[in-house]
Formats: sequence, structure tokens, C-alpha cells
Amino acid sequence: MPNATSGAAVVALQGETEILITREFNATRHLVYKAYTTPELVRRWWAGRRGQMTIAEIDLRVGGMWRFVMTSSEGFEVAFHGTYREIVPDERLVHTEVYEAMPDAEAVNTLTFAETDGRTTLTVLVDCGTREVRDGMMASGMEVGMQEAYDLIEQIAIELAEEA
Amino acid sequence: MARAATTADTFNAVAEPRRREILDLLATGEHAVNDLVEALALAQPQVSKHLRVLREVGAVDVLQDGRRRVYRLNGHALKPIHDWVQRYEQTWSERFEALDDVLEELKQKEARDAECD
Repeated sequence: MPNATSGAAVVALQGETEILITREFNATRHLVYKAYTTPELVRRWWAGRRGQMTIAEIDLRVGGMWRFVMTSSEGFEVAFHGTYREIVPDERLVHTEVYEAMPDAEAVNTLTFAETDGRTTLTVLVDCGTREVRDGMMASGMEVGMQEAYDLIEQIAIELAEEA
Repeated sequence: MARAATTADTFNAVAEPRRREILDLLATGEHAVNDLVEALALAQPQVSKHLRVLREVGAVDVLQDGRRRVYRLNGHALKPIHDWVQRYEQTWSERFEALDDVLEELKQKEARDAECD
């Protein structure tokens, strides 16, 4: 794949409550949008390398629900769901997102698909509503789960101890 | 998890909104307590209490400048927070790498379909 993008996602904190994720893809925005909104395709990428997706449901209409569930490689289940608020095919999606383990915290995600010369820049703006929720999301890596987060704290602590 | 205690405390220390404000202020440079009291519109005992928590986890250092005590941000102690941001970045990077593969397949399929037309 000589033209594959393989860049890192760029994550930036914005204001008090937002996270902005940006990534360029070597594909038209039509395809990126399709991969984002077609359950069979979402199943293949959304879990990344962290596990297997067991459920990908998408009711792509304003007011329609989506729900993604994955089983992590450590064996725990992680589920997210939300509602579509705005749909402009190939251009823009606005939907809510709830991590089911923390059902009181609802984020609003705005996805923008911008194409130049056959390449697409995807931006995902996650508005977490409050700073506490935002930072909690950053901390959990969204779907890493608390156990892995605790392991991570421990690992960092060990590294810092070794540096000292 | 005993080894993790101090690091976990850094998160706890930084989770408090007022203490974040103090860190934001100190990110712009060193400040004496009185500056912070003024900028935050808090009573001095409260500011001192927050500063004590931040000092205990090493997030700020205190320096003696003549008769004034000046506070300074200690970036190293905030490394775990930075690492967590990177962790989040990695989650999305992995996800998007998997998406690259899906897109590559879709493109090949599109090309094949175009040939058939």
C-alpha cells in the first residue's frame, strides 16, 4: 500500500470541554463516510487492535440510534451508544455518544469529512459538556476501561520511579 | 498498587477545577501567592490549601524570592497526564489504521466495479 496514510491521529484539547481529533485518509470522503456509517464496515475498524466488535448497529437518520459493543482483548465488554442529530451524507455527522459504564455523561460528536485531491481530512470534535467528563474520557482512552487505566497508572508510576 | 499512589494523587490533585486554574496561571510564569489570590478571587487560606496539595504531588515548586514565596510549575510531575493524552491519541491512531485497510479494500472494489461497467 504505497499510498496508505498511516499517520497518527492528532488529538488536541479545545476550550474547557472539547477534544478535537484530526486524521487524513487516502480515500474520497464518500468512502470514509461509508466506512463510518455502514455496520459491516464499522465492525472491522472501530475496535482498532483492542478487541473484537460484537455489535454495530446504525439507524442512520436524524433521531435514529447507534450502538457499538466490543469485547476487549482482556475480556471485558465495552459499549457505546447515541442518537444522530444531523446527517449530511459524505460531509457531516452530529451524534451524541454515551459510554454505557458512565451513562450520565453524554458527549456530542461533530464529524466533518473534507476532501482535497482525493484525500479526506476527517475531524471529530467531541464536546464532553464539562471539563471533568472531558478529562475522564481522555483518561480512559474512551474504551480502555478502568482496569486497564489502573494498570496504566501503575506502569507510569513505575516508569517515573525508575527515572527518579 | 501501593507504588501507584503518588501518581494517582497527581490526577486527583489536578482534577480539582481551582487547582487547574492555578496550574494554568503558573504555566504563564512564576507567581507569588498574592498574585494567585488576586487572579482567582479566592481567600488566601483556600489558595494556600490548593497550593499545598499541588506541592505535595510535586506539581508545583516553591522558591524563596527575598521575602516572597514564589510558586513555579513543575512539568515533570504532570507527565502522567501528558501520557494519558498520548494514550487517547494511540487509541484513535489504531482505530484509524484499521480504517485505512477498510478504505483500501473499498477503493479496490470501486476500481473493479468501474472496469466492469
